[in-house]
Amino acid sequence: MFDGLISNYGEAVAVLLFAIGFGNLLLQKNLIKKIIGLNFMDTGTYLFLAEKGYIEGRMAPIVVNGVQDVNAYINPIPSGLVLTGIVVSVSVTALMLSLTIRLYQRYHTLDMDEISTILKKEEL
Amino acid sequence: MEFLRNFPCFSVILTMCASIVSSGMNGKWARKLNIVVISTVGLLSAAALYLTIVTNQCYVYKMGRFPAPWGNEIRFGVLETLMALFFSVVMLLSVLGGRKHLFEELDPFKENLYYVLVNLLMSSLLALIYTNDLFTAYVFVEINTISACGLIMIRENGHTLEAATRYMIMSLIGSGLLLFGLCILYGITGHLLMSNIKEQVALLVATEQFHIPLIVAIVFIVVGLAVKSALFPFHSWLPDSYGYSTASSAAILSSLVSKGYIFLLVKIFYRVIGFEIITESKILNVLFVFGLCGMIFGSLSAIKENDIRRMIAFSSVAQIGYIYMGFGLRTEAGIIASIFHIFSHAASKSMLFISAVGLTDVSGKSKKFLDLTGAGYRNVIAGITFTVGALSMVGVPLFPGFISKILFARAGVSVTLNRMLPTLICLAVSTILNTVYFMKTVLRIYTPVKTDYKNIKWKENLSCSIVCIFFIILNIALGMYSEPIVELIQSGIAMFA
Repeated sequence: MFDGLISNYGEAVAVLLFAIGFGNLLLQKNLIKKIIGLNFMDTGTYLFLAEKGYIEGRMAPIVVNGVQDVNAYINPIPSGLVLTGIVVSVSVTALMLSLTIRLYQRYHTLDMDEISTILKKEEL
Repeated sequence: MEFLRNFPCFSVILTMCASIVSSGMNGKWARKLNIVVISTVGLLSAAALYLTIVTNQCYVYKMGRFPAPWGNEIRFGVLETLMALFFSVVMLLSVLGGRKHLFEELDPFKENLYYVLVNLLMSSLLALIYTNDLFTAYVFVEINTISACGLIMIRENGHTLEAATRYMIMSLIGSGLLLFGLCILYGITGHLLMSNIKEQVALLVATEQFHIPLIVAIVFIVVGLAVKSALFPFHSWLPDSYGYSTASSAAILSSLVSKGYIFLLVKIFYRVIGFEIITESKILNVLFVFGLCGMIFGSLSAIKENDIRRMIAFSSVAQIGYIYMGFGLRTEAGIIASIFHIFSHAASKSMLFISAVGLTDVSGKSKKFLDLTGAGYRNVIAGITFTVGALSMVGVPLFPGFISKILFARAGVSVTLNRMLPTLICLAVSTILNTVYFMKTVLRIYTPVKTDYKNIKWKENLSCSIVCIFFIILNIALGMYSEPIVELIQSGIAMFA
């Protein structure tokens, strides 16, 4: 079992990163830490994709020196997916950060639980 | 006739362009453009539906220059086009019904932004419905999330900001799981197009390779989409986001956004993994249990609620529980009942949100039950509309809620005893609980009382009254002519294979 882990250490690290990020996003109270967790989670996924697309000893999928043999390059699709995913995660992070700024301006705290308590008090 | 097959692609591109164009317009023109675009999408979808019914086949539409295993595709059959048609009708009615409140609740310079978000949401929903490519589906899931979050927080106050943040966090957890699941699936099959993945998955199962990664991928995808569509234990963001956002947003969010994810899940069941493999993987048992819990606990929370909008929101939790319970029955009849419930819930819930706002308007903007006493007399048309919606949710014959309950019960009877009993018992209990809180509200709004609040005649808010009438017609039509719709759903599912 550990042989599999060692030979696929890249994927193992990716899953670990994903788990750390997932836990932070779910359990942290602080909004900024939550966003950091979100970025960890996304990075873990991209590392996983990149590891899956990489083939030992081959080049990046850009034609150089006229070499057009398929066996010279790695699979370009995972790299394309990573790029698309990065665009998505950047926009989502921007949205989360802007929400955080608005909440901080209004309540002067980054703690989600505290904000909920203040809101409940306002209602009464 | 052949030209009609371009229409799904047109409708996605049209809505997306409209959202870009309306960002440069003023509010009035953006609104007009939005109405024109969504009606056009409805017509285009109706034409595509006509095409698929007449020829009785599904169409694959190549996007871009590259052929099948590499390129991107749109694929549509009866069910997809029917769903798109229905979504555009509900979207149009919801936007029109809450128009007056948009003027009151938004800053004037923000009005066009609202329509940018609505168009973007519509285009992402259409793309989710039509796409044949899993990664495209993921990208549009994220676009859907972002625009839905915008619809919540555009009415800027503390509650909506907090609700939008909670919604974003839950959604991001869901989409993170979905993305990771897709990556694993891509890793073991090497494809992104749904039909190719299905072939490879069948091959993997036949040769018993990669059993654990396949199960993990299925679990991640299903749980991710369940989190995003607010299945019971993950619903904490839902009451606030539906309760405090503006009326149109609440109607759109409850009836369309979560339904888009559920439809994608159905597509993944049938088109990506294969229904037999899904049923063998036991994940549907988990959905079954959570669905049943949602049916009961959602209704219990709704009974405890003292705020009409939040009560309707908690009722949504219960109804989404019904849909997942139908998946959990593991039969095609269950899936058909769930899909019909998507229709009936979307029609009734958007109607309830729009009419609830009509009722709170004549009660000094208060959403508390005590102030709503007698509101049905002060705003007659909203009162009638709310009653129709409540009757439909409770499951009175003539309305769509009754048909979906009967479909669930029929599907429940035909499965083994250990599923049949919980299904039927929870259906009965949940119906009683539904009756308790909806009838409590209806009795409350029709209790005569002397107040200082002004009456509203139907002519004073003409557009909202017309929308209410259309909602009532839509609901009664769904309830009375359910058979052709169920047949369409059946043939649509047959086309999935």
